Amino acid sequence: MSHTTARSRTAAFGLSALAVLALSACSVADQTGGGSSEEQGSDAPKKTVTIMTHDSFEPPKELLEKFTEETGYELKTTAPGDAGTVVNQLLLAKDSPTVDGVYGVEDHSTHTLVDGGVLADVTPEGLPESAKDRVVEGKMIPIDQGQVCVNVDHEWFEDKGMDEPQGLDDLTKPEYAELLVVTDPVTSSPGLAFLAATVEAEGEDGWQDWWTKALDGGTKVASSWSDAYYTDFSGGDGEGDFPLVLSYSSSPAYAPTTGNVEGTCTPQTEFAGVVEGAQNPEGAQAFIEFMLSEEFQEAFPESMYMYPIDESVELPEEWAENAQMAEDPITPDPKAVAEHREQWLKDFTALREDR
Amino acid sequence: MSLPSVLQRRPRARPSGDGLGAWWLLAAVLPLTFLAVFFLWPVGAMFLRGVTADGALDLTAFGEVLGRERTWRILGHTLGMAAAGAALSLAVGLPAAFVLYRRTFPGRDALRAVVTVPFVLPTVVVGVAFRALLAPGGPLGFLGLDQTTTAVVLAMVFFNVSVVVRQVGGLWSVLDPRQAEAAASLGASPWRVFRTVTLPQLGPAIASAGSLVFLFCCSAFGIVQTLGRPGVGTLETEIWVQTSVYLDLRVAAVFSVLQLLVVLAAIGLSSAASARTVRALRIRDAYAVPLGRRDWAPALVTALAATLILLPLGSLLVRSFHSSEGWGLRNYRLLAESSGAGFAGGTTVLQALEHSVKIAGDATVFTLLAGIPLALLLTRPFHSAAARRAQRWLDGAVMLPLGVSAVTVGFGFVVSLQLEFRELAQSGALVPLAQAVVALPLVVRTLVPVLGAVDHRLREAAGTLGAGPWRVLLTVDGPVLLRAVGLAAGFAFAVSLGEFGATSFLASPDYQTLPIVVVKLLGRPGAENYGMALAGAVVLALVTATVMVVCERLRPRGAAGTGGAW
Repeated sequence: MSHTTARSRTAAFGLSALAVLALSACSVADQTGGGSSEEQGSDAPKKTVTIMTHDSFEPPKELLEKFTEETGYELKTTAPGDAGTVVNQLLLAKDSPTVDGVYGVEDHSTHTLVDGGVLADVTPEGLPESAKDRVVEGKMIPIDQGQVCVNVDHEWFEDKGMDEPQGLDDLTKPEYAELLVVTDPVTSSPGLAFLAATVEAEGEDGWQDWWTKALDGGTKVASSWSDAYYTDFSGGDGEGDFPLVLSYSSSPAYAPTTGNVEGTCTPQTEFAGVVEGAQNPEGAQAFIEFMLSEEFQEAFPESMYMYPIDESVELPEEWAENAQMAEDPITPDPKAVAEHREQWLKDFTALREDR
Repeated sequence: MSLPSVLQRRPRARPSGDGLGAWWLLAAVLPLTFLAVFFLWPVGAMFLRGVTADGALDLTAFGEVLGRERTWRILGHTLGMAAAGAALSLAVGLPAAFVLYRRTFPGRDALRAVVTVPFVLPTVVVGVAFRALLAPGGPLGFLGLDQTTTAVVLAMVFFNVSVVVRQVGGLWSVLDPRQAEAAASLGASPWRVFRTVTLPQLGPAIASAGSLVFLFCCSAFGIVQTLGRPGVGTLETEIWVQTSVYLDLRVAAVFSVLQLLVVLAAIGLSSAASARTVRALRIRDAYAVPLGRRDWAPALVTALAATLILLPLGSLLVRSFHSSEGWGLRNYRLLAESSGAGFAGGTTVLQALEHSVKIAGDATVFTLLAGIPLALLLTRPFHSAAARRAQRWLDGAVMLPLGVSAVTVGFGFVVSLQLEFRELAQSGALVPLAQAVVALPLVVRTLVPVLGAVDHRLREAAGTLGAGPWRVLLTVDGPVLLRAVGLAAGFAFAVSLGEFGATSFLASPDYQTLPIVVVKLLGRPGAENYGMALAGAVVLALVTATVMVVCERLRPRGAAGTGGAW
């Protein structure tokens, strides 16, 4: 083989490799040119409303289209991460907000946002009866709800012929403590809700004892919900050794052999608000009102896996049968949680690390 | 492409000796701009917030944090785990590199591909796979390793052994065996030949891979978190907690400085080690002989490594076939149809895969555009001491992103890029660029050892014979570059496919990538979500493995016979 052919082959290889790579280079076009050309097809000047949500907000597309039809606003969402990330982003960018509204803030963060001066006052029309006394400081509007509960693997307890635990106090007993897996309150939001519930139930002086007993008794702390539910839990999809797991009141809807331990439930509500200094506060309010409409509320269980805040809306069959929320949950004061959260988490971490 | 016109330009004599001074400057400016915009600016903006209060410098947090005993325990724990992870990865990776790149046997190529897969799996998925094995009820539960430091170190090896195997193997496969054969024929034992001939030749690649792995282990977040955060956690998890949970930027800044110091020390050590060992080598076509009985020791280690990798992957694969309807392909069918329970309007896994592949294609182009000139620049034997110093700085600068927490960079985007370019930052168009910053160090580190092995006398000889600087580059460095560029492109593509941290902050909700969708599915209860997440992870693993295999084969045969020609 002569040198010339070798070189031209090398060059040809190089060029064709470049061409292949260049052809594949289309994500940018997809996202800037391609994507928007179809949206901007009708060139009526629509006003955009930008809502920051947590990363699991995926309502049905038809509903979002309906929002645009009814209000004339084009909806844009940004989802930088989980609910905690959303709160941090808003706090970091509060001097020059990049979004008009926010959705997906949990109970324990509402006061952090309100006190941080991130939110504007909002009075949405059509607030359902059951949501009225849960509005936070006229700024955070409850949209949907759920509960964090200890789930129990009914089959496991039946096989062993053991009674199921009934409440928080049962869980620290030696026979149950070693059967429970919870999630780390520092890294998981159900974990934090549950920690706050133990503080509420056992008192400022008693909660550390509760946890010391549970941890000494063999309660396991997993880092995330998926870790606890899928790896350690014996029910549902899990193949683990623990028949008691910290999860949601809605989980049994799809795991019929499991249920909730009534006395361990604590509410987890998701809130929305209008951002102070937003470019389009009217649009944000319109979206909040739209999420409170009956049609959107009805969609929550099946398409977003939460319970509607409007309690007059009927639940799907599986939910009504197997995944009812506890009637009398442990309800900490969100303001107190916002205030003491950091100290509780640090105390919990110390308690765990020093064992 | 203006290459031909450039080729005709008459070279001017330069102190650097190759007449391409201005072009080298450009080669440095491009990646540095990249780094400045996507790394220094966001990280600097976060840091500034951490060390100022009401517009004045406030360093009181340093005294507070450094005075705590816990801080030092965290530092010790981080260094200990990273050192163990890197050492074990080398101990396992070197024999495996030998077996997989210097020996032939049936199934070798498949095994090479398998070794790479862990590197791109979302860490959350790996956590699930690992814990499924190690949890008390799992197949390896009897080892009692669940939620221990040992489990975390093993997971680090699982992730990083491929870096060692690929980088060292890449160089090893093209080493001219004659020197070693000569030593052997003079009576040296295989071990002695390895120690005195081969090991020094592989020095730069080992130093480079070792330091990379150390950095990866230092900043490992997902696996430390998922596998149970034993003890006090690491610098990385502490930065995450301080930033993400407490939004305490003052304290986070202190830990970031500690992490930065560790990273700088590691980079310094590795560049010192490479500088001592880098040498001109004879490079030839890939050379391998059949695996024989005398290779039993490295073969055994390779088998161990393969087991470590295959066990969690296997458990992942098996579980991906299990759904509410029993065993079957249901989870895989759902990938095209459903976006999962609770995500009614979301992206299906298949759509996410398409997004991922397109984004990774872009990111690969960007990474290579910046990385190839940079690697060439870093391996130029400049005469001036200032130029050589600049080279070392540049080399270190490119590595920095590996050692800075993704959460710092992520929130940094919010207080920098997003404030200035709101539309652009929210459009998701920046995702491939941000991923390129993450992939760049690995690409540069893949190319540098191979290019560094080119004997500079070849270039001088070519120059003496009248070849212009571009021609020297094309004919001497070009063929060697082509050998490594496939592997580098594969790494870039794979890193981009698996990237989670920066992507999760920048991706548009309408254009999500596969790892993000998998993690989302894992995070929400609902029928089939778990099975779909596992099936999605398996698809991600398969795509990655295929890409790596193809990239390695994208090597023009016979086009690069430097060894023979000279």
